[in-house]
Amino acid sequence: MSSGTNHTEAKSTDEFIKGLWKENPVFVQVLGMCPVLAVSNTAENALAMGLATAFVLLMSNTLVSLLRNFIPKEVRIASFILIIATFVTITDYAIQAISVDLHKSLGAFISLIVVNCLILSRAEAFASKNTLGKSILDALGMGLGFLFALFCLGAVREILGNGTFFGLALFPDTFQEWIVMILPAGGFFTLALWLLIFNLIKQRKEATA
Amino acid sequence: MNQESLSQIFINACLVNNFVLAYFLGICPFLGVSGKLGTATKMGGAVMFVMLISSICAYGIHALLVAVDAEFLQLISYIVVIASTVQLVEMFIKKMSPALFKALGIFLPLITTNCAILGLALFQTNKGYDFIQSIVYALGAGAGFTLALVLIAGFREQLEYAEVPKVIRGTILTLVIAGIMSLTFMGFSGLGTQ
Repeated sequence: MSSGTNHTEAKSTDEFIKGLWKENPVFVQVLGMCPVLAVSNTAENALAMGLATAFVLLMSNTLVSLLRNFIPKEVRIASFILIIATFVTITDYAIQAISVDLHKSLGAFISLIVVNCLILSRAEAFASKNTLGKSILDALGMGLGFLFALFCLGAVREILGNGTFFGLALFPDTFQEWIVMILPAGGFFTLALWLLIFNLIKQRKEATA
Repeated sequence: MNQESLSQIFINACLVNNFVLAYFLGICPFLGVSGKLGTATKMGGAVMFVMLISSICAYGIHALLVAVDAEFLQLISYIVVIASTVQLVEMFIKKMSPALFKALGIFLPLITTNCAILGLALFQTNKGYDFIQSIVYALGAGAGFTLALVLIAGFREQLEYAEVPKVIRGTILTLVIAGIMSLTFMGFSGLGTQ
């Protein structure tokens, strides 16, 4: 996906782009599956969850990168988790203040951002080894990639399972909703479908290359 | 205070609202270590043990935090307790069975970030279970997790010998099986309450 015309400039933008497509956290790395499946039953929930996760990822990557020379190696994972948990608590209270309904429909999954492996893996694999600027770009790319994937799932499940998109009806009344899409099973099936599409594209690219 | 009977709590956590198949908690180990039946069983056992310990600790911590009026520290203190429990289990398994330690690999420390365990602690607090109810809830959730893991590991072992198109091998196939299993588990929904 990256246009490699200018090599010196491509370096920093690469950190951003890779999260969107080549190393997409959900479709390629298969990280952070739990919230992806659980709150992707409507496009709105998916978007809110994606934004919350991206925010936590950005803040934790920033802080971890800033503190990377001060955190002793032995307790780094514990420190990362504490940093993440702090920001998740902030996000949790912020969402509660903004919209009680949203907070209710996302339920415990806001708190569960703490244990999203994506955030911890970015802190460990990237932010603890790279400069602040790069870490921020990485977090933005990964966060947007995660948001994009969640939104893909949420949109499909809401359109097929409910016949609506962001609450707006799309089909005439005769449309028979696919109830299964809103049920947990639909989450598994939709994710499998998107992964299949991604794999097919990748395979075709490899065949032509 | 919650009035549900103990058997109701157990069946609810284990079958009706199975943590993996209905709440999507603990999907990472579910996809990661479900390749072999033996490993899956032991992983289930380890998770169940951690669940039980952290459930008991979470009950104590919640009571303490309410007493000193610092409930905003809930999330942070839960995760610290879970992380240390996992560390204990890890040392224990390493000492008792190095082979199992190797088989579980990276997924053993990753129990810390297994959302099923933190989810359990949060749910039991939200539902207001008392001490005994919390323990039963943890046992039920652990049993449900193990059940789902063992079932899917069985399926995957059988599918090793099936001719499946190469492109859907691995994660995609596992997800489809999980979807079908999730549908099957919905058959239990008459047994308990939401």
